[in-house]
This record gives sequence, C-alpha cells and structure tokens, in this order.
Amino acid sequence: MSILLKAERVGKRFGGFVALQEVDLELRTGERLGLIGPNGSGKSTFVNCISGDFAQHDGQVTLAGQPLNGLKPNERARRGLARTFQLPQPFNSLSVLENVRIPLLFSGAAAEATPRAMECLDQVELGPKALKLPRELTQVEQRRLELARAIALRPQLLIADEAMAGLSNAEVDEIVALLLRLNGQGVTIIMIEHIMRAVTAFAERLIVFVAGRKIADGVPREVLALREVEDAYLGKQ
Amino acid sequence: MSATTLTDLRGADRIRHLPFWLGAVGVALAVFLALRLIGNEYGYYAGYFVLQYVVLASAWNILGGYAGYVNFGAAGFLAAGAYTAIVVRKAFGFDLIPGIFCAAVVTGLLGLGTGYLTLRLRGVYFSIATLCLAVVLQTLVVNWDYVGGSRGAYVIRPMTIPPFASYGEYIFLVMLVLAVITVGIARTVEVSRLGRGLQAIRDNERAAEAVGVPTLRLKLMATALCGALMGVAGAPLPYYSGYLNPDAAFSLAFAVNAIAMPLIGGAGTWAGPVIGAVLLASLQQAATVTISSALNLWIVGWILVIFVTIAPRGILGWFGKR
Repeated sequence: MSILLKAERVGKRFGGFVALQEVDLELRTGERLGLIGPNGSGKSTFVNCISGDFAQHDGQVTLAGQPLNGLKPNERARRGLARTFQLPQPFNSLSVLENVRIPLLFSGAAAEATPRAMECLDQVELGPKALKLPRELTQVEQRRLELARAIALRPQLLIADEAMAGLSNAEVDEIVALLLRLNGQGVTIIMIEHIMRAVTAFAERLIVFVAGRKIADGVPREVLALREVEDAYLGKQ
Repeated sequence: MSATTLTDLRGADRIRHLPFWLGAVGVALAVFLALRLIGNEYGYYAGYFVLQYVVLASAWNILGGYAGYVNFGAAGFLAAGAYTAIVVRKAFGFDLIPGIFCAAVVTGLLGLGTGYLTLRLRGVYFSIATLCLAVVLQTLVVNWDYVGGSRGAYVIRPMTIPPFASYGEYIFLVMLVLAVITVGIARTVEVSRLGRGLQAIRDNERAAEAVGVPTLRLKLMATALCGALMGVAGAPLPYYSGYLNPDAAFSLAFAVNAIAMPLIGGAGTWAGPVIGAVLLASLQQAATVTISSALNLWIVGWILVIFVTIAPRGILGWFGKR
C-alpha cells in the first residue's frame, strides 16, 4: 500500500523548550494509527505540526507525495487533511447544517453544499438535528458534529485529537465504531487518545511518544507490552 | 435520508435578492418623495445625517459584526474618504460623484493595507491598531497644507443642481442611493460564501482554518470592503458642510457611533446597523435641535451601556432574529 503521510525529522521548540525531537513517521493509505503518550509528551504538538497549526522548526512533511511545509492549515485541509480538536469547537452562532456546509463552501463543492452536508450529517446520525444550534447538542453529538465537519472535506487523512475525552463507555464505543466505519470507506486515521480501550479497539498500529520523542512503533499488543512504555506511563520500577 | 427534509433545506441555498432590492428602492423612493412634499431644507440636512450613519454603521458591521474584528478606526476611514474627495477636486477638478468613486478606491486600498498589517492581531490588539491608524492619518492631514492642514478646507458648492430644488436635496439623494447600495452590499455579503466564512471566523477562527476557510484572504476582503464603504460615507462630507477640518473629519462621534449603532441594532445582521443608525442618529438630531449637540455622545454612551447590559444582542436579539 502507498505511503500517504511522511514526516521526516520533525522538530518543534517553544523558546528554549524542545517539544518534539526528530520525529519520523510513515503512514500507509488506509492505515489506523493510534498515538499515545503521557500528558506533555508531544502528541498534540506533532499533529499540530502536521495540520499546520504550528510551524515546525525542523523536518519535512508530505501528504500523498506533496510537501506540506509552509502551507496554512486551510490549504492543508483543502488537500485532504482534516482534524478534530480535543474540545469540540463548533461555530456556535451557526446551525448544525451550516457548520457542515462551511467546509463544503470553500472546497469547491459550494453548488451542492446543502445535500452533501446532509449526507455527512446522516453519516454521523445528526440529520434530524440539522437545524439546531450546536449548544443544543449533547457532548457526544458535538463530537459527532466535529467528525461530520471533517468528513465534509472528503479527507485522505483524518486526525482525531482526543475525540473521546469526557465521554461515557457507551459513547466511546459509538465514536470508535464511527471512526472504524470511516476507515472502512478508505479514510486513513490517526487517533490520539488516552482511553486505552478505545485505542486498542481501533488502532492496528501504535506509536508511543515520551518527552517529544517516539519511543515505540508497532502492533498495539506488542507495543503495550514493552518495558519502556510501561515505565513511561507508570514510572520506572 | 434523514427525517429532516432535504427538499426544505435545499431552499436555504437559494437567496432571493429581487424582493430585497425592490423593497429597498421602494422605501428610498417613499422617503425622498415624503421629504420633497414637506419641502423643508432641514429635512434633507437631518436625513443626510441619518443616512451617513446608515452607510458607516453597515460598513463597520462587515468586519466588526460578521467577522468579529472590532474596528475603532472608523473615523480615520471616513476622514480619508472626505479628504480624498477634497484632493481629487483640487488636483483634477472632480466633483462629488467622481470624488465618491475615488474615495472608495483610496479607502478600499487603505483598508486592504491596514488589514495586511494588522489582521494577524486578534481582539483588543487589532482594535488598538485601528485606533492608531486614525491618529496617524489625523496627524498627517493636520500637517498637510495642500488639504488645508489644521485650518481646514472649503468646498464652494453650487446653490442648485438641476433638476433638484436645492443642493441639499441633491446631496441627500446621493446619500440615499449610497445607503441603499451599501445596505444591499452588506446583505449580499451576509448571505454569501464570504459572509459565511466571516461568521465562521467570528465564532472560531482556528476551527475555520481547520475546515478549509482561507481566513486571512476573507479578512482582507472584509477590511477592503469595509474601508471602501466607510470612505464612501465620508466623501460627500465636505460638500455637505461646505467646509472640512481635521477635528470635524476625525471626530470621536464617528468612531463611537460606527460601533454603537450596529451593537444597538444587532451586530452581525444587515438590518441591525440600519435600525441602530436610524434610531441613534435621529435621537442625536433631535437632541441637537432641542437641547445641545454637546449631548450627543453622552446620549450614545448611556444607550450603549444600557444595551450592552440588558440586550447584548441588540434590538434584533429581542425578536430572535439572530
């Protein structure tokens, strides 16, 4: 399978603090990657560098062979890189439908924005709430709205940054099932998550970050059994 | 397909412009004919005053209301438009109408340049930058002899322009047309892709970027359009009063009213600034002729405080229109 995302020696500093050090990643088309690590390990910094929210100081990032360095987040989004945020960030004054129409209006699908937005909402089972405001949705529905907005971009790569934080077990299962369904439609997905049940249910490959470095990369069961990973989460014995 | 009927929602994409334009032209015609029937010169004077604020408040609303970028420099743009009209009259002999076009171009470019320099700032930092622009422009004009410096500049206007009964009637009609066009532009922006993008920026700029909204480009378009329309509001000012000096052109009243009127009417909708401008400007005119013009800002200040406290979404917010 072809390489969709390639990150080479990606580094990021905040003043004198080194948040990421020479991180390499190759992600194949259709892959389901889980990204874990303790708080402050650099997971979100890494995906923010990929999405363009942060400008990385070192390294190269390519998507489907095209370099992303120097592109703004909106340009990366239009090239098929979608993301969700740790906290849902809806457009609060716009209806649920308008929230999903926005990406379509700016990605060359303006003429069919409404029916396409409805399709996306139906995919996340929010169709009946299309005319409501985001504040009228429950927590899990707001998460689904974030995903609908991301799906609207018809992404090649979806980064789900802690999309299940604060949800109940049943709701976590619901979101995992949704992400699996999207992956089944050909979307490559990076899931950053602290909920291990969700990660193990979803990921076919797992990467562990500690102190801005990648310390493990492989099949989830094997990675989670590594001593370094256990030490990183539970402290050294 | 979901229970929400897609047929109904498809309708949301079809914005009907014709009824709006017919209605706007009808209202404008009715106002003009009513004033002509009354035949009082003061009616044109007061009408111009109100309409000037309709244009200014609608222009401010494009950046401040739709995109959430609060511009404290409205007086600077308005004055730039007024002084552009004076410069092109002096340099090329251009009259009012070509002067308005030139003012739109100059202040549009000024808006674009200001946006390029300041739009990486957010919130209060952006507002302070726009306030500084007005101060810089005023300093420039005060020290520019060609436009009269601190002494000001006179515009000798004709007594009448046929077929109008008076110059006051003519300039009122010009401002009436400008107001209709500006409100029409503001409404078109609101329901367009540009407007939707600006609303997304206002709600959450980072999320807007993440879903492909070219935020900087849209903000630059908004600052250019906002600047151009504010300049248009100012261009007839020297013709209206026959004299313009920096204190009048850069008056605090313009900056305060440009913000207060949309907030009181309902910022973020095309109708809000119109309602706010008609109410506040009429009130200020009434205060000017019955009590004192010095009370104007005092009145605006109190009304603004009351609205921000009890009706933060403005008058339209009471009716659930936004």
